[in-house]
Amino acid sequence: MARSVTTQRKIINTAAAWGIGFLIFFPILWTILTSFKTEATAIADPPVFLAFDWTLENYEVVLERSNYARFLWNSVFIAGGSTLLGLIIAIPAAWSMAFVPSRRTKDILLWMLSTKMLPAVGVLYPIYLIFIKMGLLDSRIGLTVVLMLINLPIIVWMLYTYFREIPGEILEASRMDGATLKDEILYVLTPMAVPGIASTLLLNFILAWNEAFWTLNLTAAKAAPLTAFIASYSSPEGLFYAKLSAASTMAIAPILILGWFSQKQLVRGLTFGAVK
Amino acid sequence: MATQHSRSAARLMMAPAVILLLGWMLVPLTMTLFFSFKKYLPMRGGDLGWVGFDNYIRFVTSSAFWPSVTATLVIVLGVLFITVVFGVLLAILLDQPMWGQGIVRILVIAPFFVMPTVSALVWKNMFMDPVNGLFAHLWQAFGLTPVEWLSQASLGSIVMIVSWQWLPFATLILLTAIQSLDSEQLEAAEMDGAPALSRFGFITLPHLSRAITIVVLIQTIFLLSIFAEIFVTTQGSFGTRTLTYLIYQRVLESQNIGLGSAGGIYAVILANIMAVFLMRIVGKNLDA
Repeated sequence: MARSVTTQRKIINTAAAWGIGFLIFFPILWTILTSFKTEATAIADPPVFLAFDWTLENYEVVLERSNYARFLWNSVFIAGGSTLLGLIIAIPAAWSMAFVPSRRTKDILLWMLSTKMLPAVGVLYPIYLIFIKMGLLDSRIGLTVVLMLINLPIIVWMLYTYFREIPGEILEASRMDGATLKDEILYVLTPMAVPGIASTLLLNFILAWNEAFWTLNLTAAKAAPLTAFIASYSSPEGLFYAKLSAASTMAIAPILILGWFSQKQLVRGLTFGAVK
Repeated sequence: MATQHSRSAARLMMAPAVILLLGWMLVPLTMTLFFSFKKYLPMRGGDLGWVGFDNYIRFVTSSAFWPSVTATLVIVLGVLFITVVFGVLLAILLDQPMWGQGIVRILVIAPFFVMPTVSALVWKNMFMDPVNGLFAHLWQAFGLTPVEWLSQASLGSIVMIVSWQWLPFATLILLTAIQSLDSEQLEAAEMDGAPALSRFGFITLPHLSRAITIVVLIQTIFLLSIFAEIFVTTQGSFGTRTLTYLIYQRVLESQNIGLGSAGGIYAVILANIMAVFLMRIVGKNLDA
């Protein structure tokens, strides 16, 4: 029996929800709008919302002046590389824990999770020192490995919760039908695992893209990703609102779009399967 | 069905992940522990020998310690309070029948995907700037003197920025939990004449308690180590130096590695206390 809802109540709900949604989204909207203004319009009092001369000038300046492409490439390399590397290491581990569980599987999983809770600042100097000694400071490879390690527990966990949902009976059935181990992995398990792997990839790409402790502390000019590029605007240069907005919009746009696709996985990935 | 053979294969498949994480945990942590018992100033004389628990004592007796504990507590508790209260309300609202629910959800979740440096800078410059910020314009429109947010109300401003980033997370998880609530139970209560407030207090809230606990624990772990938001706004001045930021300054800015490492060990212990509680809940769920 569905609850009968009066149209009036639905209108109130809709108005309230849209109002609050708009308010929460407003800082992002404002940043995007400002990125199309001239610097003078950007700080105009009273503020101008839509009725201004839209310009792409800020984007041109940011792209020209700041070597934006390199920061973007560093972000893509570090976020993508750490996610792929993490998947390569985590898939076999999660696979074996889900399909050949032992008495210790649960303890191992919980222990892995506990490494994620290690506060980064507690190991800042050792990592810094190791990076200097190995010549990894300000290198994309070093940062990729660190981000892979901090996200590895989440990757293992997410994959584990997905793999566990693959019913074991299907494996037995395929074995009865004479499938070899290779057939089993390639034609039975893999197709069922692909959606889980894809969502894990998506969420971890987002997390690595936005990571802002190690990316700020282990990079300088060469390997700095977008997080560090934006942080450089906290200098007086940040007073150029329109350019700051253009740079910010370019840094967050790809992730906003990816993020909206990963809403459901977000809950699962970040609560380690405790809320589905 | 697992044979001896498949079990050793499984162990082999787990080995890389386990070994890497073990190394990632043990090597740096051992080094931090090692440094924490030394007087070690790389810029001013280097390794000056063992000092026992000196660094641990000096860290907690320094004049910066208690203010940093206060700042940490204010930020963590403030953000938790705001995100949980508004998260519950927002989740309930979003669960109601309405038009365009999917779009509203997208709008509400968006801040979570904004990188911390961007959200901190956008808030700092475009909203909280005392001359050109939107808040300043708004205040002036009402004839009020603009507030210098990040110096006069620094902690509150940081709480506001961080809450904006984490409200989507709380809302999304609480909404997921609410949607699993059996609506027939609510209907039955409504038919029996239970007012809205008691329906919320006796049915919805107890149902959400587990999700709220998870939100609190996970956010606490992340909030204890927020860094970029302070790094690009106040740099730890105006009373916003949290424990994390204090340790960062000891280690990288003043290059007092021994002292910073002792602080780091404190942070690790603190995080582990939180982690134990979270593990219990997650572990219980694993059995089910």
